[in-house]
Amino acid sequence: MRPNYKVELASGIFLLLGIAALIWLAMRATDYGQEIGKDTYRISARFTNVADLRVKSPVKIAGVTVGMVESIVLDPVMFEAVVNMDIATRFNEIPSDTGASVLTSGVLGDRYIGLEPGGAPDVLVEGDELFITQSALILEQVIGKYLFNADSTEENR
Amino acid sequence: MATLGHYTSKLTGPVAQSGQCLLFLMRMISSIRFSAAQVRSVLQQIYLIGARSLVIVMICGFFVGMVLSLQAINALEQFGASDQVSLLVVKSLFRELGPVLTALLFAGRAGTSVTAEIGLMKATNQIEAMELMAIDPIQIIALPRFIASLISLPLLTAMFNALAILGSVVFSIGVMDMDAGIFWSKLQTGIYFYKDFVGGMWKSLVFGGLVGLVAVFFGYTAKPTGAGVGTATTNTVVLSSVLILVFDFIMTSFFT
Repeated sequence: MRPNYKVELASGIFLLLGIAALIWLAMRATDYGQEIGKDTYRISARFTNVADLRVKSPVKIAGVTVGMVESIVLDPVMFEAVVNMDIATRFNEIPSDTGASVLTSGVLGDRYIGLEPGGAPDVLVEGDELFITQSALILEQVIGKYLFNADSTEENR
Repeated sequence: MATLGHYTSKLTGPVAQSGQCLLFLMRMISSIRFSAAQVRSVLQQIYLIGARSLVIVMICGFFVGMVLSLQAINALEQFGASDQVSLLVVKSLFRELGPVLTALLFAGRAGTSVTAEIGLMKATNQIEAMELMAIDPIQIIALPRFIASLISLPLLTAMFNALAILGSVVFSIGVMDMDAGIFWSKLQTGIYFYKDFVGGMWKSLVFGGLVGLVAVFFGYTAKPTGAGVGTATTNTVVLSSVLILVFDFIMTSFFT
């Protein structure tokens, strides 16, 4: 046994403890490893406005996360937002006439995409596009409309 | 004219010293050999400056986590948002408090002892003796301590963060009766791996290099007297604390 074996052992234990703390923090206290898995298929949807929807926002059916937003790009011709979504393969029986809308959790919470399954017999597969979409509700526009309508009714009287 | 020369030397002194420090760093880096003996002496220094700092870092982390959640719950309750306490506590820990507080503690606990040790070696002519025996004191004395602080500080920061989260769990779930499920799910959706966690850990790696370099350099350039070693030790704490906070701002503003 080397004379400073105990010292080396103690520093080895310290290194292991530190690395264990690193891994524990990364796994338990961050979004790392919270993805939906590797088996996914990609679908897309067009919206006139996605508001502050972000990459990695959840895609939900009935409030349960089934996938996440992979990328958001602007169609340079139609000026629409094209949202690509990765859906976990275990949810492979979503009807092809499913609708998508950009929703908000809570009054001022994060944006997510809600899917409302339709009734068509054929299912969504890799590369499909959703045609029934509803854009995000922008609070300012709603308030603006409300104020404008209130004004016009006053004038009509 | 003499006074003018005096003032110019006051101005150029710190510049020359930082240049000397840079050269010192380059000499240390160029003496890396990856030999078994070097690895063993780095391990020994990790024990002395890393493992021996573990207790103070863990105790401080635990209480920082408790006091942060206490303050956060008080502030958030006014908005009815005390559910967000784990998010607030852990985000501030990962991004700022964990790396900075651990680095400050580390400068006080380990940096001073390194400076004092090397300074005393110099005062007792041990370093000169090594040079006479054609042994490079930078390779034998300075480099292992520098590498050890570079490795130790990120690990200590991880431990600080883990214990602070434990402190937050004890206070907010144990004492304030909050829901454990909400506590953890807020973390797993709101704390981003790259932006928050990796960003903070990377900072602590830089701080480890800073504290190690300052401590070793001041020890190595200390005046070989009792008072000189004392001054060098004080300078280590002062300069590394200032540098930690300055670099923290610079890194945060450039890289986030």
